[in-house]
Amino acid sequence: MAFKLSEEQQELQRGFRDFVAGRFPLERAAEIADGKPDHALWGEVAQMGVFSLRLPESAGGLGLSYVDAALVFEELGRALVPGPTVWTHLATGLIDGAATGETVVTGLDLTTNLHTPYVLENLDAARAVLLLKDDGVFRLDPGSIEAMPVEIPLDPLTPVHHAATLPTGEKIGDAQTASSLSLLGSLLSSAMLLGIAQAASEMAIAYAKERVQFDRPIGSFQAIKHMLADTFVRQELARAAVYSAAGTLDHPEVGDAATAVAEAKLVAGESAMRCCRTSVQVHGGMGYTWEVPVHYFLKRTWVLETTFGTVDEHADRIAATFGG
Amino acid sequence: MYDAGWAGISWPKAFGGREASLVEQLIYYEEYARAKAPYVGVNFVGLLHGGPTLIVEGTDAQKEKHIPHILRGDQVWCQGFSEPSAGSDLASLRTRAERDGDHYVVNGQKIWTSFAQVADYCELLVRTDPDAPKHRGISWLIMPMDLPGIDVRPLPTLHGEGEFSEVFLDNVRIPVENLVGAENDGWRVTNVTLRFERGTAFAGEMYDLKRWLSEIAAEAQKVTSYGARAWDDAGLRREIGHLQADIDALWNLLKLSIGQADESGVPGVGASAVKLFFTELKQRIGDVAMRVLGRAVLGRSDMAGMPVQYFSYEALQSLSMTIAAGSSQIQRKIIGERILGLPKDK
Repeated sequence: MAFKLSEEQQELQRGFRDFVAGRFPLERAAEIADGKPDHALWGEVAQMGVFSLRLPESAGGLGLSYVDAALVFEELGRALVPGPTVWTHLATGLIDGAATGETVVTGLDLTTNLHTPYVLENLDAARAVLLLKDDGVFRLDPGSIEAMPVEIPLDPLTPVHHAATLPTGEKIGDAQTASSLSLLGSLLSSAMLLGIAQAASEMAIAYAKERVQFDRPIGSFQAIKHMLADTFVRQELARAAVYSAAGTLDHPEVGDAATAVAEAKLVAGESAMRCCRTSVQVHGGMGYTWEVPVHYFLKRTWVLETTFGTVDEHADRIAATFGG
Repeated sequence: MYDAGWAGISWPKAFGGREASLVEQLIYYEEYARAKAPYVGVNFVGLLHGGPTLIVEGTDAQKEKHIPHILRGDQVWCQGFSEPSAGSDLASLRTRAERDGDHYVVNGQKIWTSFAQVADYCELLVRTDPDAPKHRGISWLIMPMDLPGIDVRPLPTLHGEGEFSEVFLDNVRIPVENLVGAENDGWRVTNVTLRFERGTAFAGEMYDLKRWLSEIAAEAQKVTSYGARAWDDAGLRREIGHLQADIDALWNLLKLSIGQADESGVPGVGASAVKLFFTELKQRIGDVAMRVLGRAVLGRSDMAGMPVQYFSYEALQSLSMTIAAGSSQIQRKIIGERILGLPKDK
């Protein structure tokens, strides 16, 4: 068994990274954050094949693996691409039009310990809402939910609504489907968190090389260097955990996919949080401003960390594998 | 092991080894640990430092005299690198070797030398040119441990066992033919082995962390305090789940970095990330193990059917791991400067 990405996967990663960086520079995200709607963006994401990439070629997809999907979502995370990309990807094959992005889908994973109020992302844009529950997958019409928009969302790129109750909706998948979608959603969120961890670290490293205090770049000081070394280690652990979990979904014979994905979500969530916080700290006073975009990464980390199971929830699930 | 051809897993076939790729070595270490096979112990320095160095840098005569015996385990080596004033800053070592005809006359002191009491040979770093910049005046010598003038004094570690020594060298005469590599080129020769140490050398011990954490969880399900099991504490369970995720991520990171290094043939600087995280993770696990033991931690030997000796030995031993083979602080410096490209700190 190979312990590294194949040539094709490395090529996919490089190619997609360049493409996304060209299409979605941070300035584009910053404009959306400042209230300027970007109507073209979702169509561009769909055209890249993000939602259909795992569908077989006979069904209009690219026939790619879970590892490939993880590599793609890592880049979406790194570039802060907004919108319910994970949910629309999950809905492919269950909801018509999701594969092409024409039907925008959001959702909630209620197999995890969500408490009320229910907080829904990107509801205004969505034409369908998926609920993952212990007894199956349910589809809701967004208009059927009594939801209130939240005036100021934490992540300026992720508008949210809140609702005290949710209608039952139409059952469109069994319990097994709900559980595998929860697993996939967790994997793709982990991959995005990995991309975020890396982007936030890279910003901090670049800044530490150019920012001069006491007549030398602050990156030459051990206090800064050691913080950045620790975030690098955390980020590489997240990479190992995410790729390994994706590989386990591709080859279920090599291990327990549910545990591997839980570990990936835990390690990637913690890694992104640490990398973002370190990045704010290394940027000093500028890191606390709206102008330096580190805060977007930190806030997106909260969006992803609180969905498909938190660090704590996954730690509890992993501990349960010890029995007792 | 030797008879079956498994002793020198990483060694070239020409020298009796398996010549396994790094990935194959990793599989070997995983299976070795899974079988609970004994630790390499006194043969560590010979198999993982001295031997590989001689294979790359030794003369034919040196190879013939040592390599087969190291592999068979009947020539024990120790490492004479560190000195009282040269730990992390190894290149500042002061043990002096002066040429006298066809011998070097060596004076100085080595410390933290593992297995010096039982070693037949020592891989000794000495200063041969005191006027050169510190990295350029060092030489690598093979020192037979039975020469006159060598005084080995045990230096018990904090867990009370004596695998460490101080080695005092008083006019020890080492034949010039025992020089490995060129005179004053010892720093480069040394780095050939240090890279090995930071690569696959800890793989077995990393694998052992999984077993240790399972034993800790099992013990936590047994011990009770005020009628409740330690395992009934949600905070402890959560911490153990967290540690399990970190152990598996570390193992996957090792596989990933080994897979990448396999192409180049030597473990790269990425090994620093693995070493840094592994050693600090082991200490975190040690903290939890000691907590699960409760007041039983006050024993160094077993009591009341609890695995006190196992847990406390590992927890105490883990304290050495963030210091030896490049301290955590040195690893962070290496990562910062060589991987992230940050400027040097002076």
